[in-house]
Amino acid sequence: MQIHRYDVVIVGAGGAGMRAALESSTRARTAVLTKLYPTRSHTGAAQGGMCAALANVEEDNWEWHTFDTIKGGDYLVDQDAAEIMCKEAIDAVIDLEKMGLPFNRTPEGRIDQRRFGGHTRNHGEAAVRRACYAADRTGHMILQTLYQNCIKQDVEFFNEFYVLDLVMSEDGERTAGVVAYELATGEIHVFRAKSVVFATGGFGKVFKTTSNAHTLTGDGMGIIWRKGLPLEDMEFYQFHPTGLAGLGVLLTEGARGEGGILRNKDGERFMERYAPTIKDLAPRDMVARAMVQEVREGRGAGPEGDYVYLDLTHLPAEQIETKLPDITEFARTYLGVDPITELVPVFPTAHYAMGGIPTNIETEVLRDNDTVVPGLYAAGECACVSVHGANRLGTNSLLDINVFGRRAGIAAAEYAVGAELPDLPENSEAFVEGLVSGLRDSTGGERVGEIRKAMQETMDMNAQVYRTEATLKQALSDVQELQRRFRNVAIHDKGERYNTELLEAIELGFLLDLAEILVVGALERKESRGGHAREDYQARDDVNFMRHTMAYRHVSENGDATVRLDYKPVVVTRYQPMERKY
Amino acid sequence: MAATVPEQITRLQVTFKIARFIPETDEEPHYEEYTVEALPTDRVLTVLQKIKDEVDGTLTFRRSCAHGICGSDAMRINGRNRLACKTLIKDLNIKKPVVVEAIKGLPLEKDLVVDMEPFFQAYRDVMPFLISEGHDPTKERLQTIEDRAVFDDTTKCILCACCTTSCPVFWSDGQYFGPQAIVGAHRFIFDSRDAGTDVRLDILNSKEGVWRCRTTFNCTDACPRGIEVTKAIQEVKRALMFRRD
Repeated sequence: MQIHRYDVVIVGAGGAGMRAALESSTRARTAVLTKLYPTRSHTGAAQGGMCAALANVEEDNWEWHTFDTIKGGDYLVDQDAAEIMCKEAIDAVIDLEKMGLPFNRTPEGRIDQRRFGGHTRNHGEAAVRRACYAADRTGHMILQTLYQNCIKQDVEFFNEFYVLDLVMSEDGERTAGVVAYELATGEIHVFRAKSVVFATGGFGKVFKTTSNAHTLTGDGMGIIWRKGLPLEDMEFYQFHPTGLAGLGVLLTEGARGEGGILRNKDGERFMERYAPTIKDLAPRDMVARAMVQEVREGRGAGPEGDYVYLDLTHLPAEQIETKLPDITEFARTYLGVDPITELVPVFPTAHYAMGGIPTNIETEVLRDNDTVVPGLYAAGECACVSVHGANRLGTNSLLDINVFGRRAGIAAAEYAVGAELPDLPENSEAFVEGLVSGLRDSTGGERVGEIRKAMQETMDMNAQVYRTEATLKQALSDVQELQRRFRNVAIHDKGERYNTELLEAIELGFLLDLAEILVVGALERKESRGGHAREDYQARDDVNFMRHTMAYRHVSENGDATVRLDYKPVVVTRYQPMERKY
Repeated sequence: MAATVPEQITRLQVTFKIARFIPETDEEPHYEEYTVEALPTDRVLTVLQKIKDEVDGTLTFRRSCAHGICGSDAMRINGRNRLACKTLIKDLNIKKPVVVEAIKGLPLEKDLVVDMEPFFQAYRDVMPFLISEGHDPTKERLQTIEDRAVFDDTTKCILCACCTTSCPVFWSDGQYFGPQAIVGAHRFIFDSRDAGTDVRLDILNSKEGVWRCRTTFNCTDACPRGIEVTKAIQEVKRALMFRRD
């Protein structure tokens, strides 16, 4: 075992982690731990853009952006956090431009902007051009630009280090560091730190059909959970409308921002019925439900009638090739369909966790509704500030990682500068050692791949776009049965070096925890709001449910862990809830 | 509700012949064959994961996004550098076993995993970041659509190493920066906002630099992002020839 000492340890090297590192590393001695290489993170898969009210191409202001974010989130957004994000968005884009990000440009040479779902002029009048973009690889360019600037600043990375535990000080009050497993050697490392930033991304791999990477297994959220800290709003999971049918590979909403249209098997532009004003550019939750509705009512396309079409054929070929080159290639490669001349089969795909590790607007992690854990920070998809509420607007994730990643880096470093390095409790590596040896020595008969597949299938079947009490109960009992089976999971690979099978097993353990929390939260939320649609409770219920879910791990006397739910009020500043129409 | 693609469900038996190397026990890589069921539309990566999940959990490879954007899963598939997630079974000749090997020219660690550090070091060595002169502007810098288009191709790079590890010069000479690093430099040399051209050109003018390139086009053929790598290298050579000293 090796022990390292830093002021700040950042866990995760996606957009949020690297944005934090750029701030933290100039102020305090910082290490970035990532289970991948930095440029492999899923920020790179984001396509369409990053919204900010630059008003480069038409009138806009950050207050409209704030309103859209709150309404898009179906009034579960903490409004103080949304105001900060939308206000700081402008500087966040300018910062990226200064760092070298190659944005698309207007004829005047300014950063170009395009339309995106749910982003409107003057509180819903019409779609507005707010998304700054670099073709349809905006996330790729953000990730590359942040990594390039980390090279410039000589940020210290530990690549392929899997953080598997958080170390708390002896009295349990504050953070003392993290424990990591080095993929190359199998060695365990303890990183002592004054402050820790979690920027570990989402957990889309609880679902079968997902736009998420294999590696998005919710490790950070899972670690926090096992430490007895709460997770917020986990039932709110976003299904992106346009995944390639059957595959889930993402096709950006920017395709509709450029003028793309969704059509059912009759060729009808069905979104006109669901969102008469902004049609195909309605928020994702509404579009995803409309697509499922079309399929259920027999208007789905294809031999099984189980998808709809994204139609770009009316757009000039040159516009498609230059503004949407990557998704054009995805459709050609994976479905053999050419978007320039053919309709592209699409269906909703699990995409983004609105919930996560609860933080305040300073990105400090909360241990309950009010109290922070000193020295512990979270940002990006793993965190819940909450700027996305019940449904995230397109582009606001790239914005979130930049605004709150930056804030987390500054806050963690400033805290570290004024703090002592906490003593390391004895045997702080014991939990991870036990986790690793338990799996390596297991003689059980269960396989990682089988359990993961069964979990993903029940989640797709029972906890997806539409949910009912019956489907959620089925999902819960399935997941709990899989958790029991997981205790007997065994691996073939007993080696020390590059034991990816061992890590897949550990990741599956996190996923099973998170699937259960998602389903329990969804069962108890007896209303429909944003990305959580209950067929048995179709209306939004502001009286009983305009509040955040706080899930806690409750361990009973016999050692069984269950999910206990509590609630936290939504921060409302200036926008009272109203009916959500588009 | 899960969607399915309309496809004549033709399940195929495919055999993968994979170069295995277990560092704890093996001196040299050896080949093992696995036969599993696959769909024509399956990615090579899907089949590898299936083998790992269902047949042999020790099979080791890197992967993440699974749709060609993260750059994790570069490997040699039937002798060509490809991303496993962008190569479909239907595009391979499956009458013979599909040969899957680690990319060449980087130290082999285990099975299909190589040490990427020398590759990333070459990238870092060309100063792949925007270098500006004077004070930072308070607003966005302006850049014309035409100026932005000049370096568009090289911004697509995902650092997968398909190009560098397909280059015969890189195989035989571990000091050569390799095509990717030159692509990484090109992206900034031709960015109108950048002021670091001279220092980067000096680096690439060194004996490990662009002049090693023998224009074999392997890199361009290998690039899963369709970057015209050889053209980018030629543009850097031209910039060196025509720069004012």
